[in-house]
Amino acid sequence: MAAHTPPVINVKEMTKSFGSFVAVDRLTFQVEKGEIFGFLGANGAGKTTAVRVLCGLSSPTSGQITVAGYDVWTQTEQVKRSIGYMSQRFSLYEDITVYENIRLFGGIYGLSRRQIRERAGELLSRLGLEHQRDALIASLPLGWRQKLAFSIAIIHRPGIVFLDEPTGGVDPITRRQFWDLIYETAQTGITVFVTTHYMDEAEYCDRLCVMDEGRIVAMDTPYRLKQLYGAQDMNEVFIKIARKEI
Amino acid sequence: MEFLEVIRVSRSFGPVNALKEVSFSVNRGELFGLIGPDGAGKTTLFRIIASLFLPDEGKILVKGYNVVKDYKQVRRITGYMPGRFSLYHDLTVEENLSFYATVFGTTLKDSAAYIHRVYSPLKPFRKRLAGKLSGGMKQKLALSCALIHRPEFLLLDEPTTGVDAVSRKEFWEMLEELRNMGVTILVSTPYMDEAGQCDRVALIDHGKLLQTGSPAEIVHNFSAKLYAIRGRNLYALLGRLRMSPEVKYAFMFGREIHLVFYRVPGRPARWLENLSGSPQGTFSIEPLDPGMEDCFVELMGENHPVDGKENI
Repeated sequence: MAAHTPPVINVKEMTKSFGSFVAVDRLTFQVEKGEIFGFLGANGAGKTTAVRVLCGLSSPTSGQITVAGYDVWTQTEQVKRSIGYMSQRFSLYEDITVYENIRLFGGIYGLSRRQIRERAGELLSRLGLEHQRDALIASLPLGWRQKLAFSIAIIHRPGIVFLDEPTGGVDPITRRQFWDLIYETAQTGITVFVTTHYMDEAEYCDRLCVMDEGRIVAMDTPYRLKQLYGAQDMNEVFIKIARKEI
Repeated sequence: MEFLEVIRVSRSFGPVNALKEVSFSVNRGELFGLIGPDGAGKTTLFRIIASLFLPDEGKILVKGYNVVKDYKQVRRITGYMPGRFSLYHDLTVEENLSFYATVFGTTLKDSAAYIHRVYSPLKPFRKRLAGKLSGGMKQKLALSCALIHRPEFLLLDEPTTGVDAVSRKEFWEMLEELRNMGVTILVSTPYMDEAGQCDRVALIDHGKLLQTGSPAEIVHNFSAKLYAIRGRNLYALLGRLRMSPEVKYAFMFGREIHLVFYRVPGRPARWLENLSGSPQGTFSIEPLDPGMEDCFVELMGENHPVDGKENI
């Protein structure tokens, strides 16, 4: 989190409209290198729309936006190559093996065969999964699957990885082990961008941005947000924001 | 008075023991939460209580009726909302309600007063297809359907999963009102932070009950002392903490480390200075009130051979 490196995500006045409906209204924020940034909001707050723009999947209506140094207007392909993505709902193919998944996603992310071979070896040894190389994903416990899915999402060493509700519903020990891996990754300089509407997950982020009706209504560390709203936990903060009890 | 009694219930699916001698009871008029992660056995237990599955062993009584032998009586007094949205997508809101009313031999009109609180926000959308509703509205419709035969007992399987925080809050407020009307409610959730909304909860994991009590009792029973460490460069400190013999476990939690000691040192701040080799004021350490998730981790640790030093 050195102050000298430019932000990995730099958003100035991002607006996205669908006809007369303004889904995202003049968002401005920065995310630093190696930061774990939580992006929160109720259904319909504009989270997904904003994230789609950041991933290069949809063009903004207006605004200046760079992701990993690339302009989302003119360098969409480079943006896509600089990011990783993982969702709890869909992450790996269950009916093929661990190694086949690595090879598949490595290929999609544009790695050479040699790179895939090398990085697969490193990845499996780091997770202690060497012996499960040829096991079907379906046979692995949920916790292992998640760690593997995350490691595969960063196999091309992106500047930033987007996680969509990565641990909603899992047991707290598995969750903490999974977040260990996230913190470790952030230490290596990869920025982690988490979208979720589960507040227990939000508590693990370095900094949070809360959206409501297309706008940013709060942005700070979980600790300071709780202080600011006089709340016990993030859930209470979120409810107070949603009901505009400021 | 005990309204629901679950007595040593076990159920296996092939080699998987989904429930292992689960026992607890719910008092009449209580809002009782079953809290546990995905795969804990919550849905299996609910299906047995709803008389849709048979237990391998054990017995369940709902208002004195045995869910196996007296399933007809049980179904008459129970409203069951399954985990997956199981209404008809191609019927309107109103058609779904009329359908369930007819199945239970009643009418929408007869139950109007009973479901009013839950149904009124949906009324403007009564001609809309159920498949076109938002998550929060689907959830209200499913609850309205579960209430259509004016049950004394509500069985709600993960009603708040996949619903945003504001709708979840509204939903819990509705449950509280139903409880105040005298309905006994058993509700399950994977979200630890929802435990506080219940009168009493049971924590469940891997088919076993870990603990039962009011949320305050469970937090009060948390045997260890939890501390929060704040400062810069915490990740580097984490490794040292985990190697220290005094530390039971430590983990990152945003810009804090949460830590549990085997034995709390006399002066934690001094202990931390020595351990980190950093001057005074680099890190702060303060006691922290445990949350439900901390309690769950502690209880899971007692039940599993979890290596709390390296992996947590």
